[in-house]
Amino acid sequence: MSAAPRDDAAIHRTIEAVWRIESAKIIATVARMVRDVGLAEELAQDALVSALEQWSETGVPDNPAAWLTAVAKRRALDRLRHRQLAEHKAGEIGRELDAQHAMAQADFAEAVDAALDDDIGDDLLRLVFTACHPVLSTEARVALTLRLMGGLTTDEIARAFLVPEATVAQRIVRAKRSLLEARVPFEVPRRHELEARLASVLEVLYLIFNEGYSATAGDDWMRPALCDEAMRLGRIVAELVPDAAEVHGLVALMEIQASRTAARVGPSGEPVLLLEQNRARWDHMLIRRGLAALARAEALGGALGPYALQAAIAACHGRARTAGETDWPRIAALYDALAELSPSPVVELNRAVALSMAFGPATGLEVVDALLGEPALQGYHLLPAVRGDLLFKLGRYEEARKEFDRAAALTRNTRERTLLLARARACLLPPA
Amino acid sequence: MRFMLLMIPHGYETAAPGTIPDDVEAVGAMMAYNESMQKAGILISCDGLHPPSMGARVSFPGRKPKVVDGPFAEAKEVLGGYWIIDVPSRADAIEWATRCPGSENEVIEVRQIQEIADYPPEVQALTAEMASMQAVKKT
Repeated sequence: MSAAPRDDAAIHRTIEAVWRIESAKIIATVARMVRDVGLAEELAQDALVSALEQWSETGVPDNPAAWLTAVAKRRALDRLRHRQLAEHKAGEIGRELDAQHAMAQADFAEAVDAALDDDIGDDLLRLVFTACHPVLSTEARVALTLRLMGGLTTDEIARAFLVPEATVAQRIVRAKRSLLEARVPFEVPRRHELEARLASVLEVLYLIFNEGYSATAGDDWMRPALCDEAMRLGRIVAELVPDAAEVHGLVALMEIQASRTAARVGPSGEPVLLLEQNRARWDHMLIRRGLAALARAEALGGALGPYALQAAIAACHGRARTAGETDWPRIAALYDALAELSPSPVVELNRAVALSMAFGPATGLEVVDALLGEPALQGYHLLPAVRGDLLFKLGRYEEARKEFDRAAALTRNTRERTLLLARARACLLPPA
Repeated sequence: MRFMLLMIPHGYETAAPGTIPDDVEAVGAMMAYNESMQKAGILISCDGLHPPSMGARVSFPGRKPKVVDGPFAEAKEVLGGYWIIDVPSRADAIEWATRCPGSENEVIEVRQIQEIADYPPEVQALTAEMASMQAVKKT
């Protein structure tokens, strides 16, 4: 890039792009120095503000990332020096503060010596684990991850989650304060803790993905971007902890699910069910990537975890060129494994559908009927919807109609209701 | 948004068959660049292309195919390789391109990839099969 001054709009776009690419790394690097993600973000933002001011005058420097990192680091060093002075003046320093101080000292020397070839990977990993720390609420973890790792603004996060910007801003401020108050160390947890904490990271990523994937309402243009962001973050984490099978499982699951995006909605916005989707509209590049990620998960050995199992199920659909070619017995077997590993009424309901496709509607109905008393599924429209479908296939049209009507009354999605009412009507005129 | 970063190395149009990058340092730098894109979660694929002297051009004078083996006398710019990346904006794609450890004789052209959704509905119907044609085999 030349150093010649450019027009402001172009410079702003460049700075935004640089920020999206570099912010997580800068925040992570600085957080290692100051041991406080909130402060690190502030310092990184300060560097960004300096960039906005200076680059409009001088043009974008040749290596904007290095420029931003250097400025942020310099500010961090200033802060550390300042803190050091303040602590000296305070006189009475508790034991703990002493320890902290010693750490800051070590970091200080380290930071001064640090060249630009810091181990960014580790810093990023620390940042992910800190942003997804269990002391935070799930919403806070999601917001903080998007903010610190994704470089999204509070405004963008708010739009994506359909909440007021003030709420998101509050959440982030509170999250950073909670981390500080709980003295959450900026670190990658040790071996035995790693797995549990990684599960929290993956959960956050999947939540972000699902928020983008199941567009329930409103201003939906930001939402596919949320899927993209979740996939991008997932790929980053997969490269940071390449030995964890579940990370690849989650990446595979997200990529394969996302491959269906274009086929999931009909021309007038109505949902199109998996088996009726035009498979030519699936994104085969994403399927390919998903299958590759699943292969990585499988190659790591051991039993597949819940994400990898779900990815394996999604892969069965992804591999089938037509709905009729779907390997239902394999899907049913995978659901069996999933139901054993992480049993839930929803998994059970899905297992029922798979069983019915593999071995006939009667087998499926048995499993569904066992779920009728399930408290968690009362009010869940898919239970009567699935039951109606199985009854219909068994030729029990009157019972099927009642189930479709019930499902229609339970769903809050208008498109879905239309579809269910149409199916209820079809029960009055059963196929000859 | 998907973008293709097209690497256009000047001089490649006349490179001898079998020419392959052999500058260890340059290849190392390029691999580090590729890795940075992978670690940022945006790299979809990348490949280098053998020189045009190993290729062929098929043209259609009078709508009839005519095959000419490389090298191509009039070619001024030829591809040396490409990256496909997935980023939120054109500015991001350009920013990534600026980070390439390119040499003096190289140019990177940044081009957005058309998505089926970009086409008008009637054209979309015609191109619906396109996605399923994209299962490229990777060795």
